[in-house]
Amino acid sequence: MADVANTLKDTAPAIGHWTRGKLALVLVGLAIALTILHHLGLLQDVLFRIPEAMVPPFALWLDAVFNFIKDDLGLLVFTRTLTEGLEWLLDVTANLMFGKRRWPFLGPIPWTAVAAVAAVIGYYLGGWRMAALGAGTFIWTALIGQWKIAMETMSVLMVAAPLAFFIGLGLGILAWKYAVVNRAIKPILSVLQTLPFFTYLLPAVIFFKVGPTAGAVATTIYAIPPMILMTTLGLQKVPSEVVEAGNMSGCTKWQLLRHVYLPSARTEILVGVNQVIMLCLAMVVLTAFIGMPGLGAKLLAMMGSFKLGRSFEIGVTIVLLAVTLDRMSKAWVVKQPEHFERDTPWWRKHITLLTGLAVFVFFCITSQFVDVFAEIGRKQNFSQGKEIDTLIKQFLALDPVQNTTGAIRYVLNVWILNPFRDFLLSIPTPAFILFVVAFALALGGKRPAIYGAIFFSLVALSGWWDRSVITLYSVISAVTLALLIGVPLGIAAARSERWSQRVLLACDTAQTFPSFIYLIPAIMLFGITATSVVMSILIFAMVPLTRYTIEGLRTVPPEMTEAADMAGATRMQKLWKVQLPLALPTMAVGFNQAIMFAFFMVIIAAFIGTQDLGQELQRTLAGTDLGKNFVLGICVSLMALTFDLTIMKWAADQKKALGLPE
Amino acid sequence: MNKFTTALTAGVLAFAPMTLLAEDSSDPIVIPIHNWSSQIVMSHVVGQIFESMGNNVEFVTTDSQAVYESVRLGDVTLELEVWEGAFGASFRAALEKGGLHDAGDHDAVTREDWWYPMWTKEACPGLPSWEALNECAAVFATAETGDKGRYLDGPVDWLKHGQERVEALGMDFVVVNAGSAAALWAEIGAAEADKRPVVVFNWTPNFAEAVWPGEFVEFPEWVDGCDKDPAVGPNKDALYDCGNPADGYLKKAAWDGMKDKWPGAYDVLTKISFTNPQIAEMARLVDVEEMEPEEAAAEWLEANPDVWQGWTS
Repeated sequence: MADVANTLKDTAPAIGHWTRGKLALVLVGLAIALTILHHLGLLQDVLFRIPEAMVPPFALWLDAVFNFIKDDLGLLVFTRTLTEGLEWLLDVTANLMFGKRRWPFLGPIPWTAVAAVAAVIGYYLGGWRMAALGAGTFIWTALIGQWKIAMETMSVLMVAAPLAFFIGLGLGILAWKYAVVNRAIKPILSVLQTLPFFTYLLPAVIFFKVGPTAGAVATTIYAIPPMILMTTLGLQKVPSEVVEAGNMSGCTKWQLLRHVYLPSARTEILVGVNQVIMLCLAMVVLTAFIGMPGLGAKLLAMMGSFKLGRSFEIGVTIVLLAVTLDRMSKAWVVKQPEHFERDTPWWRKHITLLTGLAVFVFFCITSQFVDVFAEIGRKQNFSQGKEIDTLIKQFLALDPVQNTTGAIRYVLNVWILNPFRDFLLSIPTPAFILFVVAFALALGGKRPAIYGAIFFSLVALSGWWDRSVITLYSVISAVTLALLIGVPLGIAAARSERWSQRVLLACDTAQTFPSFIYLIPAIMLFGITATSVVMSILIFAMVPLTRYTIEGLRTVPPEMTEAADMAGATRMQKLWKVQLPLALPTMAVGFNQAIMFAFFMVIIAAFIGTQDLGQELQRTLAGTDLGKNFVLGICVSLMALTFDLTIMKWAADQKKALGLPE
Repeated sequence: MNKFTTALTAGVLAFAPMTLLAEDSSDPIVIPIHNWSSQIVMSHVVGQIFESMGNNVEFVTTDSQAVYESVRLGDVTLELEVWEGAFGASFRAALEKGGLHDAGDHDAVTREDWWYPMWTKEACPGLPSWEALNECAAVFATAETGDKGRYLDGPVDWLKHGQERVEALGMDFVVVNAGSAAALWAEIGAAEADKRPVVVFNWTPNFAEAVWPGEFVEFPEWVDGCDKDPAVGPNKDALYDCGNPADGYLKKAAWDGMKDKWPGAYDVLTKISFTNPQIAEMARLVDVEEMEPEEAAAEWLEANPDVWQGWTS
């Protein structure tokens, strides 16, 4: 049969590819030569690592800049004023959700009322199943005895998510309208998306006061980027016919935006809303470090006293909340606005609103008389913390488990990970940069290669080279392992619709389950070693790989697979020659995300015990070293960006060459 | 002067402090809570004492190192557990910058050092002496450390100098740093399953004592200057050749503005002092009895009125 992959490759810009490949090979050769020279002891120390004396004091400079902005320009006064407004908002939601003693002194809303309203909204958006999911989530939260802490979390998210939505929408519109803004915003967004969260936390505390305010600000900033991107994307896609129709009916500029552009971009904007919600939930645990109350803080306290069962239950609550909100917002994306006939009575148009209001009032009144409807006390809840503790500990103590993990730990640590790390550390800095540039050149071409050279040189100049290399080593090891497991898993699952759905659900769960909870079992199985670090990153990094493999394989045009079938290809041939080559660009996007997730998780793995950038970042949280905090964060960001630029460029080129849609 | 005016003067003098105390601001006193049980319960105990005096109290979860910056700025009003070993450095740094001050010591003493759970003694009967520990270093070996034993130290930012001590005393141990307290517990918990001997960094008062009975390793006794003067201690050429002090302080810290804003509460804060058994009991209510911190605090207050009522009157 015709080799689809090869024929397609011929149509790719092959000429440029070859010279690029040759140049990359030359660079690799040069790097290897440098490394060998070093191993022979012939390389001068200056060429091995940048000497301490030549490292510019970036941290001091940044500190000076921050202090100038903070005190002399009065930014601190300004943000502290903003803080007061934000605090007022948070106090209102806090009063409503869990009864903090602040204006308007109405709360707390009984849990039954919240659950009932969730059910009504669920029914409106997605029928009975969604209603059951909505109500079930809140009933679980109440029954397991986490109502108050869950509402503490919700009270902050209720402020942070809309804030992120409006700011993101506004910036998105500006970026669409003015090319200048778009050009300015793009690189900032890329950096924001790769910056480790510890770098958001410290400025949030300094400028917005420790507590829920800082938590809300850090969450908002974290959740804005996708909203901006989706808004711009949606507005760009609005068909010109629609705009013309708007112009013809004499719309003003504002009317055109409000009544033509925004409704037409509804789908993309709602996808943005979905992203905002998911990112907000991802920050629930991390913001606990800067005083965000609720589920995250409780989780950290539970982990600090080795209560696995209770931590696990909190994790389940977070996943349930995330899945519910995710499904509901996705249902909202699909649901088209309803249109009624002219004479429909008012109550029929607003039936959902009225039902919601009715059940809300009903439960608010009932709970005045029935205490259990208002609040479930500690003694009445169904938490199984102790039992789960025992179960987990028994499982981990089983001989087969211990022996298997013992063997894995020995092989990985002693034979693979530690030697690999020592090898990476033994590569001279210039040689390492050459390797990276060669990689970027071969895959992405000239631009990514130039960026890679600049970015990694900056990392070398930052004075944190060894730690950066160790960070990179954890990322590479974990992503490699994730490739070996996640991709075959995705291929296997993609063969049937049912399994695809199941595995995708597992991916969703693994992604929203607070990553902190993985750390403890990882340590209990593999000790405080590199293996634990790699294993905890692995779980996280596998998710996008598996997801995009499934997605890529299942979106292969059916004509292609049919053609292969007709040509009499075996299943293996079809997979290797047709499906995988066509799915590769999509899988590359997954691979890229896996690397981004790994960079995110490697910082969290500092809580296991590492010697990388994450450990230093964790250390800066204790003090006020804004400058050092930023330098470290930027190092992580620069490394991640190099990969991001290279792989995304490659994926885009391939898609174009294969004639696939974006 | 007649009797009446004398009585009046005496009365006024007696009540003068009371009227001053009654002027506590109605703004909430912000008490920070961290991620270990005894501190959380203690904060709620003190919070409920303040509330019984008519103050408003709010709790905020913060990082235990970053909290000193917040106290300094007045975002947080006080801190109830300043450990000499763990937080001494952050506390002193904030003290130098100004904005917070030392509000007195608890009776409780703190100790932080190498520690082992009781089952370890079966494999190494000579414990708790450090020489005996060194003799059976091989018992503590792991896949990565070869023949040497592994000592699991606290996170690097706790600055525990385990490595320096191993070198100063010539011990056959490799020091590995855990990344967090949770990581330490996970290792002990994993070792508990098959009663594997481990030696880790630990401290008292701590919930772990109730869960895993154990002992501290006895190193050469702490002498002042052990961390600054090589001549001090058994190894004349090295620093850190002694154990940590067995009686570190446990302080309270207050924001400078607290005294004027909530004089009554401030006065109580300076009097507050808990002992090791009292702190252990607070932690036990949460860690073993599985109570919520608020309930544990209420229960503790109810059971120990004689301890705290003296502070408020």
